[in-house]
Amino acid sequence: MEVTKIENVTRVFKIGQVETHALRGVNLSIESGEFTALVGPSGSGKTTLLQLIGCLDQPTSGQVYINGKDVSKLNRNQRADMRRGTIGFIFQFFALIPTLTAYENIEMPLLLNGLGASERRERIMHLLESVDLTDRAHHRPDQLSGGEQQRVAVARALATKPALVLADEPTANLDTPNGKQVMETMTRLNQETGVTFVFATHDPRVISYARRVVTLRDGVIVENSTEELVGSGDKA
Amino acid sequence: MIQLFKMALRNLGRNRRRSFFSALALGMGLTLLLFMASIIEGEMGTALETAIRLQSGHLQVRAKSYDEIKTSLKWADLIEDPDAVAAQIAALEQVKAATPRLFASGIASVRDESAGVRIYGIDPLSEANAPYRDGMLSGEFLTPDDREGILIGKPLADKLALKDGDQLNLSVNTSNGEIADQTFTIRGIYSTETGGFDSITVLMPLAKAQAIAQAENHASTIFVLLNDTAQTDAVVAAVQAPNYEVLNWKKMNEFLLAYEEMANSYMVFFYLIVLGITATVIVNTLVMAVFERTREIGILSAIGMRGRRIMALFLAESSMLAVGGIIIGLILGGLIIAYFTRYGIFIGDFGITGVLFSDTIHTKLTLEDTVNLSILALVITLLAGLYPAVLAARMEPMQALRAEK
Repeated sequence: MEVTKIENVTRVFKIGQVETHALRGVNLSIESGEFTALVGPSGSGKTTLLQLIGCLDQPTSGQVYINGKDVSKLNRNQRADMRRGTIGFIFQFFALIPTLTAYENIEMPLLLNGLGASERRERIMHLLESVDLTDRAHHRPDQLSGGEQQRVAVARALATKPALVLADEPTANLDTPNGKQVMETMTRLNQETGVTFVFATHDPRVISYARRVVTLRDGVIVENSTEELVGSGDKA
Repeated sequence: MIQLFKMALRNLGRNRRRSFFSALALGMGLTLLLFMASIIEGEMGTALETAIRLQSGHLQVRAKSYDEIKTSLKWADLIEDPDAVAAQIAALEQVKAATPRLFASGIASVRDESAGVRIYGIDPLSEANAPYRDGMLSGEFLTPDDREGILIGKPLADKLALKDGDQLNLSVNTSNGEIADQTFTIRGIYSTETGGFDSITVLMPLAKAQAIAQAENHASTIFVLLNDTAQTDAVVAAVQAPNYEVLNWKKMNEFLLAYEEMANSYMVFFYLIVLGITATVIVNTLVMAVFERTREIGILSAIGMRGRRIMALFLAESSMLAVGGIIIGLILGGLIIAYFTRYGIFIGDFGITGVLFSDTIHTKLTLEDTVNLSILALVITLLAGLYPAVLAARMEPMQALRAEK
């Protein structure tokens, strides 16, 4: 089943009189359960593509479908609703709310989805266990290491049982062991829960975890390789 | 909802000093408002009470042609056989006291000094004289058959350097337009703590006043005090005096009431200006908070928080600042007002012609003012919080996420 499908998408940013073509006609389909890397140099359009899939932005032309639904023309609130129910985010910076504990950060999307207290508690404890942070539940972000913060972000992204988790350079601010731990956690959760992961990166060590690699350059997809071609690299 | 307030509280706690000073600004604004309201209430409340007690009574019966400004003394402008009229009114059960009074203008002089005065011919035995009797600073009160004795107020005594037992010459206008001169002995000095009254009013027994002003068996007015102000209209209707005019305290204190109304409408502007300033402080605090937390707003938006909820988060912060500020204001204002309610603020003779103000303002804070001003402060703070809240809610998540931390 297709989680997301992108048809002839372009995205033009206009700053003053200058137009920047971030995406120039992209077609892409991502199936449920994939673990896919979007790769390419800076400015190739991978973050823009991720934001379009994540309903944070709208294409200049073309269509973006999430679970078969065209999301290209949704208004702000409809996009917020779509993100809340269907999409989890992991950002390059450890995007936690600094005033909330690890537990409360994971709880936030569940509160927004109106889950009952006992169900929330059960789900959060399970997630904390799966990212190996049970003993850090009541620590605030400034009391956690970068790697721990990013694992809390992974847990939060998965809290609502989304169809799709989008990660933008999830290991860029982590050292090698922590980066490895985050990637291994994501891989394991992908296999255990079947949640689709799409992540943008240009780190070869991260790319090696992917079962599919989509390469962008200057706003177009130049290579679209599947598991057979990659995934056997050095997972250092 | 609880989570929202918990988050709001923690956000305010992030920069405690800034939050505290913002709440303090509101608290000080509210303190100022409460203090001003308590002064107005203390001043105006007592001004009317003083005017009724000393000058107008709850009602007066006068001849229709009597002119207060000119202090008419012609017999046609006065009340004939005033004791009978007063006795008839005093028989009504709502009436506390009804007493004839004769007013005359004159000049008091001693050695080279002189001063314009207003002579009050009073029945020394009437209960209506309580303010003068209770305010005796030295000497004795008048007796009905005293033919040479007068009482003067403290400011006049100070001005003419007189004490009880001293002699004073009075020149008094009479009913036939002449001037009668006589030397009187000061029996005592009184103070009603109302400079505007005490500095010009000389009290003498009614019979003597009638004799010197040649107004035998006549009075300027029947001065009536009631047990309860609310009964005024009923008593006015009950008084049978076809040839005379019955005036109630509202009519006689029109100027004071108009002044009070004007003061109140000025106060509304004053309130809005003070709250406008404090609101600016709150807006500033919250706008800074919005910009500092741009990326967080982006995160909240990315995980699906709708604009309205982000707005609610910032409104929760401003309402907490407001509640904190109001608590500070109530405590601070309450303490300051309690002090001045007890010890008063001395303002001296606050001269507005025709209006009697007490020398000392004892602040008076009403529950109504406290509630109204607190609600006003809350509403204005919430309105002020609307702008930063909308600013936060309108942020595009993509741009917000890109912001530097």
